[in-house]
Amino acid sequence: MPLSLAHALKQAAIAGLLALGLAFPILALRSDQDMNNRLIVETRWSWAIGAALAIFALRLIGLYLQHWRANRPQSVRSNEARKDYGTPLAWAGLIILFAFPFVILSLLGPQGALKWINNYGIQILIYVMLGWGLNIVVGLAGLLDLGYVAFYAVGAYSYALLSTTYGLSFWICLPLAGLLAAFWGILLGFPVLRLRGDYLAIVTLAFGEIIRVVLINWIEFSNGSAGISSIPRVTFFGLPFTAGEGGFAALFGLEFSPIHRVMFLYFLILCLALITNVVTLRMRNLPIGRAWEALREDEIACRSLGINTVNTKLTAFALGAMFGGFAGSFFAVRQNFVSPESFTFIESATILAIVVLGGMGSQIGVAIAAVLMIGGTEVLRELDVLKAIFGEGFDPAQYRMLVFGLGMVVMMIWKPRGLISTRTPTIFHMKRRAVSSDLVKEGHA
Amino acid sequence: MSALLSLRGIETYYGPIIALRGVDLEVNEGEIVALIGANGAGKSTLMMTICGDPQARKGEVIFAGQNITRWPMHEIARAGIAQSPEGRRIFPRMSVMENLQMGAALASPVHFADDLERIFTIFPRLKERAEQRGGTLSGGEQQMLAIARALMSRPRLLLLDEPSLGLAPLVVKLIFETIRELNARDGLTVLLVEQNAFHALKLAHRAHVLVNGRVTLSGTGRELLASPQVRAAYLEGGHAAEVPHEF
Ligand SMILES: Nc1ncnc2c1ncn2[C@@H]1O[C@H](COP(=O)(O)OP(=O)(O)OP(=O)(O)O)[C@@H](O)[C@H]1O
Ligand SMILES: [Mg+2]
Repeated sequence: MPLSLAHALKQAAIAGLLALGLAFPILALRSDQDMNNRLIVETRWSWAIGAALAIFALRLIGLYLQHWRANRPQSVRSNEARKDYGTPLAWAGLIILFAFPFVILSLLGPQGALKWINNYGIQILIYVMLGWGLNIVVGLAGLLDLGYVAFYAVGAYSYALLSTTYGLSFWICLPLAGLLAAFWGILLGFPVLRLRGDYLAIVTLAFGEIIRVVLINWIEFSNGSAGISSIPRVTFFGLPFTAGEGGFAALFGLEFSPIHRVMFLYFLILCLALITNVVTLRMRNLPIGRAWEALREDEIACRSLGINTVNTKLTAFALGAMFGGFAGSFFAVRQNFVSPESFTFIESATILAIVVLGGMGSQIGVAIAAVLMIGGTEVLRELDVLKAIFGEGFDPAQYRMLVFGLGMVVMMIWKPRGLISTRTPTIFHMKRRAVSSDLVKEGHA
Repeated sequence: MSALLSLRGIETYYGPIIALRGVDLEVNEGEIVALIGANGAGKSTLMMTICGDPQARKGEVIFAGQNITRWPMHEIARAGIAQSPEGRRIFPRMSVMENLQMGAALASPVHFADDLERIFTIFPRLKERAEQRGGTLSGGEQQMLAIARALMSRPRLLLLDEPSLGLAPLVVKLIFETIRELNARDGLTVLLVEQNAFHALKLAHRAHVLVNGRVTLSGTGRELLASPQVRAAYLEGGHAAEVPHEF
């Protein structure tokens, strides 16, 4: 059925008028104080009209996109044509990830490479790891958790406090931070896991905020909003990355450069992220992982098959929290400083967006989404070109959220089920593929 | 014969609404028991009460000598009761194989290959569709999968809630033959809810009629088939008729 232009225009015009109606009180009228502190109303007609026109245009584009989607040939989506894009993509990604710092280093030299490895490499990998951690809870087990940042904070403060008060090393603090976060995951899980969907989301959201507010207000414990500074830096298994004698560079006969530390951090977070991934992939093939996915599909059916859904949810929650805790302690060792400000709701939202955009359950999808979202943010910071167009005062990073929002809307129209929405089964019967043969054996063992 | 399952004075509510008003019922080891009744009589509620969700507010569910009335649902399943529930409730995004694997969650993995083989001989259709996602199966295939999944747990008691719903006559025949065979060969105990009263009564050793939350008529399958009340309400023309009735 062709989309008639008149119909589309009418729909778009309605949306535009609605926007105008809404924009009138919000945008067109602005209250302000004049010199004498009197309330005055300022009118900004151009804003309201601009908003209405923008909505009109977006609606029109949206209608055509929808129409195009609905009329696309469907054969590609059939079950038979399902491709296993996971594996080759994963290997390519792995090679790129390990080669990345060396390639950058040889291209740009230690000075230029620093920014790339730090701002892009490490920053993105932290979110890949967080995304994978949350993916266990949201993507696999289907429990909507809006307070994931709480576990990230628990991990960060665990390392910060244990290392500054007891002088424990990072390698001891890391598992402790994971355990503590998992413990908090279970603690939160017990009362809330009876709740479903929206209610669970609200309570986890509150939990995330509570942890942050406690960190701000319990000054004796966490030093409040001033945060904890001079957290010990990362060492090469005890060897500090310092310039003098006994430092990493001296021992290995290298010329001292801050790049060593950054590269070590890069490989550290890469390994942590990969551990998260491997554990998740293995879990998917174990009864507990299957139970997570079944739980997401139908809880009652799960229980009638003898699955203890409370324990199943708790393990998902605890495991997700543990990886959040690991990532948190990495965050602390990288920044050498933690404060409650780093653990606001927007972090939870970003991580959740990564999981949802990635396709709820797809490991590769989550990784791609993290690269797009976090890398995209960093790119925005860089775009000085835009200053030339919009004037000196223009700070592209300020428009980050706007771009996020637009990106999300476009994604939801283009791929409503996320970047990679196909799900690879964990067991096969006849058509055993090379990749899956070991999994089949496992099922029979 | 000992009673594998006995219900004594079961009353089940949905909030303030009463759905079962004191049901007594027994299922003996190795028996097929059918439960027939009009829409809304409480048949599915009875099945779910046995499984523990919702739990009975009054009365007792005794299974294999244990009072399971207040047990959580998964413990009841572990005791050996499997259900192919109303609406099938298969896992739509998981493949047929994975659905079966979930069914086998309680069984020892040693049996998995054999059980799978057995299921695939009963339902060759499922073998053909082994890698397909559950949600994309046809209604009949989904029903087969729901029954197969329940069987994978090697239950002592199988609860089937309207296994013939929405199936072509040939498939209905297949399903009923399968139930008979599982019962005759493996001694599987079955409690069966059916709208398809004629088939169900022919198959069942004993049967009960449920009206408005109460058992109003009990007997062997043959007795009920011959009963004028049952004929009038459920069997006119060999079909379940939706005649308004009072017993
Ligand atoms: N979740 C619920 N909340 C409230 N009332 C319910 C609920 N489930 C069932 N009921 C009511 O309980 C009564 C029995 O329902 P039940 O599903 O057991 O009937 P049934 O005999 O299985 O009918 P059918 O043949 O249509 O499947 C009905 O009146 C129904 O409306
Ligand atoms: Mg019913």
